[in-house]
Amino acid sequence: MDSPRILPCGDSALSVEFGKTIDPLINQRVQILYNRIKADPPFGLIDLIPTYRSLLIQYDPLKLSFETLKQRVFSFEGLPEGRADVGGRKMEIPVCYGKGFGPDLEEVAGFHELTIDDVISLHTASTYQVYMIGFTPGFPYMGGLDERLFTPRKTTPRESVPAGTVGIAGQQTGIYPLESPGGWQLIGRTPVRIFDLTKADPFYLRPGDQVIFKAISEQEFEDY
Amino acid sequence: MNKNLKTIKILNPGPLTTIQDRGRYGFQDRGVPVSGAMDQGAYRLGNLMVGNKSDEAALEITLGGFKAEFLTDAFFCVSGPEQEVRLNNHVILTWTVHHAVSGDVLSLGYGRKGVRWYLALAGGVEVPMIMGSRSTYLRGGFGGLEGRLLRKGDELAVGRPNGARPSSSIPKELIPDYSPEPILRVVLGPQDEAISEEGLDTFFNSAYTVTQRSDRMGCLLEGQPIQHKKGPDIISDATAFGSIQVPGSGQPIILMADRQTVGGYVKIATVISVDLPLAAQALPGYRIRFKEIGLQEAQDLLGEREKPIEEFFGIGGRV
Repeated sequence: MDSPRILPCGDSALSVEFGKTIDPLINQRVQILYNRIKADPPFGLIDLIPTYRSLLIQYDPLKLSFETLKQRVFSFEGLPEGRADVGGRKMEIPVCYGKGFGPDLEEVAGFHELTIDDVISLHTASTYQVYMIGFTPGFPYMGGLDERLFTPRKTTPRESVPAGTVGIAGQQTGIYPLESPGGWQLIGRTPVRIFDLTKADPFYLRPGDQVIFKAISEQEFEDY
Repeated sequence: MNKNLKTIKILNPGPLTTIQDRGRYGFQDRGVPVSGAMDQGAYRLGNLMVGNKSDEAALEITLGGFKAEFLTDAFFCVSGPEQEVRLNNHVILTWTVHHAVSGDVLSLGYGRKGVRWYLALAGGVEVPMIMGSRSTYLRGGFGGLEGRLLRKGDELAVGRPNGARPSSSIPKELIPDYSPEPILRVVLGPQDEAISEEGLDTFFNSAYTVTQRSDRMGCLLEGQPIQHKKGPDIISDATAFGSIQVPGSGQPIILMADRQTVGGYVKIATVISVDLPLAAQALPGYRIRFKEIGLQEAQDLLGEREKPIEEFFGIGGRV
């Protein structure tokens, strides 16, 4: 395995870059390093942002030098993989596909010359990995989508997408946690609150979690 | 002191006043922007001057025009660029601690020497902590007072002052020099390799004008377009305060307090911490230039800025 590149992001952050593509193995290395640093944070660490292919480390350079942090990263990186490092949780998320909830479901099916039922069964058949969380608080970018569902973003983004909407963009699937603008193809909606400030932990998902979608009816959505 | 007693009442919030603190750290891995004071320098010094810890919540007042009435006695300080500040009808100094009594009215003019001023109150503005911070994140609708900007009639409480003696004024050299033609020093990267030689040359040798579209999320600039080698898109990567994105238009954007945690555009360089307050205070129309420095030099400059602050305020100046 190649050593990651360490790239300065100004005087108070550095990026550990494992690659430049969307790749489950690259993301796994990001997750492992993120979990290890989180479990044993060096003095002077401010924050961590794991992404598809890199880990940003924010630090206080007056407490933790660039070189020390770099050495620390390499020492964590060199460790053999442990069980605790990759253990994302398995989460099942109910989704009501189509109808008013997934206005692009028909278009997605048409694009791939599939039936609506095909799209639903393909989308519910895969296990997805949360590669990163970003865009808005709690928005999970998930990989593992069946190739037959890869669909380009909308040419014109919608001004408003309701909270809970499940979408597809390229080779990814995701869930809008808050009402926000959005350009993804919308195929359904979950009644689960992906971001809920009334809870002690407002975030339903964490980077590294494994997600499975389960199709539910409109009635089940309403009763949830 | 009665905990429910309000200390200040907003008579006129001006165009945009929010409650901000050091920022919301620890949740960027869940996509939560840091928010916090745009000009961390002025914000932090204002707090220290009134005897607060450096990370208490304060008001961030945008473009002046602010007016508020004190409902109790309080020590306060207004920090930021030059501005006409009045207590009742008397002009008072910025970067100076004043004592207000109940009924006094504080007002800020419309001085055009910068964008943001901080009103620090002894005890710190008391609003609920959301994910470890009192900062307002307007787009997410949380933090500060009900996740929104302050309105006429809002009444705010402050916490119990910690007993530290306010410093009536501070040495001049601690106050940032807010230039109308700022030169922002940057450290190259993390994606400077995606910019052509010509593009780098353009970036460092031309001036960029701050546009009206700039806000707490980003400082949007306009000037000679910066050329990419292959295009502006990357697989999403994390952002930092001061990251300079170059989207397809070639017009740079300095990412500020409310920046998204991840972004899919090339980042040519990052503004150094010491110069971020100048970016935060750059008015539309200001012309910005960029100058490259090394990482070590940037960190040394931060150390040099911190040293006199720690000497003046003692240990605890930094969070």
